[in-house]
Amino acid sequence: MKKIEAIIQPFKLDDVKEALKGIGVDGMTISDVRGHGRQKGHKEVYRGLEYNVDLLPKVKLEIVVTDQRCQEVVDTLAQAARSGKIGDGKIFVSDIREAIRIRNGDRGESAL
Amino acid sequence: MKLRVATFWKQRGWCCASFALSPLAAWGQAASPAEERLAALEAAAQAAQGAGDNAWMLVSTALVLMMTGPGLALFYGGLVRKKNVLGTMMQSFSMMALVSVLWALFGYSLAFSEGNAFTGGFRYLFLNGVGAEPNGDYAGTIPHQTFMLFQLMFAIITPALITGAVAERMKYSALLLFMSLWLVVVYLPMAHMVWGKGGLFNAFLGGRIPCFDFAGGTVVHITSGVSALVCAVYLGKRYGYPHEMIRPHSLVLSFIGACLLWVGWFGFNAGSALGASGLATSAFAATHFGAAAATIGWLIAEWRKMGKPSVLGGISGAVAGLVAITPASGFVKPMPALFIGFAAGVCCFYMVTAVKHRFGYDDSLDAFGIHGAGGTLGAILTGVFATREVNDGLKDASGNALPLGLVDGNFGQIINQFAGTLIAWILAAAGTFVILKVCDVLVGLRVHDQHEIEGLDLSLHGEEGYNLES
Repeated sequence: MKKIEAIIQPFKLDDVKEALKGIGVDGMTISDVRGHGRQKGHKEVYRGLEYNVDLLPKVKLEIVVTDQRCQEVVDTLAQAARSGKIGDGKIFVSDIREAIRIRNGDRGESAL
Repeated sequence: MKLRVATFWKQRGWCCASFALSPLAAWGQAASPAEERLAALEAAAQAAQGAGDNAWMLVSTALVLMMTGPGLALFYGGLVRKKNVLGTMMQSFSMMALVSVLWALFGYSLAFSEGNAFTGGFRYLFLNGVGAEPNGDYAGTIPHQTFMLFQLMFAIITPALITGAVAERMKYSALLLFMSLWLVVVYLPMAHMVWGKGGLFNAFLGGRIPCFDFAGGTVVHITSGVSALVCAVYLGKRYGYPHEMIRPHSLVLSFIGACLLWVGWFGFNAGSALGASGLATSAFAATHFGAAAATIGWLIAEWRKMGKPSVLGGISGAVAGLVAITPASGFVKPMPALFIGFAAGVCCFYMVTAVKHRFGYDDSLDAFGIHGAGGTLGAILTGVFATREVNDGLKDASGNALPLGLVDGNFGQIINQFAGTLIAWILAAAGTFVILKVCDVLVGLRVHDQHEIEGLDLSLHGEEGYNLES
């Protein structure tokens, strides 16, 4: 099992959800996060005081999938989230040791 | 308006009476039915005007209260960080309660009953004798009680304005004590000097240095603005200012607040005509044009210097214009109002962006930069543009309107305006400093550092402004 963590532009969330639904991914966890990579943020000025706002609002998706589906999901996600501009975000993939469905105690891939 | 109605009825009365009286002469001296009808008509006309004036003044009174809550509370509340939004709104709201009680007990009397040149007396203590009967000295067509309430709303917003300078760091207990003392030491004497009968600067009721302040340039804006500066310097900077990011948490709230202030200001200025007269309309016009021109003035200056015209700049400009036009509103025509507004917009922009940062004081929400600076500019320019074409309230012995400002050829008026402004500055600065010392010793002024970081909402009031997950 793999966990796919994607940090994307908030305005791309709907496109990504649509695309993932299209290939049959029906579970995901989404949170509002703030952060920055190489994108440098922007300047805000209030009554003459300048602030560099470098932590920008992003959306983080977390999806756990079987090993064989991982590549397809990552490709679909990356394509849907891409605008081609700096600040589009990143995708991280990691191994998952175990999954448990709380309701009935299913374990492993059958819990996904 | 009042004068015109009265003359009209007198003329009609004279010619009707001469017709009616001739056949009745033989009947002796008894009042004729025609005379009685005329007297009844005159009384009815007076009652109608009284009702009209009182209706406008009650509406104006309510409008001025709306400026503090929710107007100023929203304007200031949006400018602070979200951990301080309730604490900031509470400061304005508390003035609505605190000042009202003090006003009823002794405030009104100390400001508006007859006393000496500097302070009023005790005649209206506990609002004794303030009822439906008009007070001819101040407003002959509305109940004395209406006048008292209208003036109360000014006494509420003035200390509320100061809270912009102490935002995000002052103890609530210290604030209540400070404001109570400030009302007595600074506001009431200044209101008496400028508006009270026999006050030193009262241009219309026997002041020795006649100073024009239609709706509170000196009494409201200079006193609050200068006191705000003293408070900001005395309290010191907020934790982390100016290095940490201290951004307004909701300019949407500030925007709504500023729009409410603009509308409420019609009650403030046009209401200061104390009747539904042509003078009220003239003040209404000056107020509106002043605010509009100031918005544009601020935005142009900001666009040129900062590269972008901001929403905060636009609404700050409007408030600056409203402040500056306040003393002038009942004395100037629309074109000078545009000029005063525009000048205030540009001047206050430089006050809050350049001057403040140059000296490094943390006037957090720019109470001094806008009210102190705008009020001073407006008070002086009133001496330039005041004209008898707008306000013929000052008359010589034979009933001719006296020249008012520089445009009428009265050069000396500017000196008087400077004198009034100077006294307001000195009284506000010295009074505030002494009161701050007293409060500092008695209860301490600032919240603990830890509470400041946590935010006033939680540490002082035990609440949060936004519990969006609940």
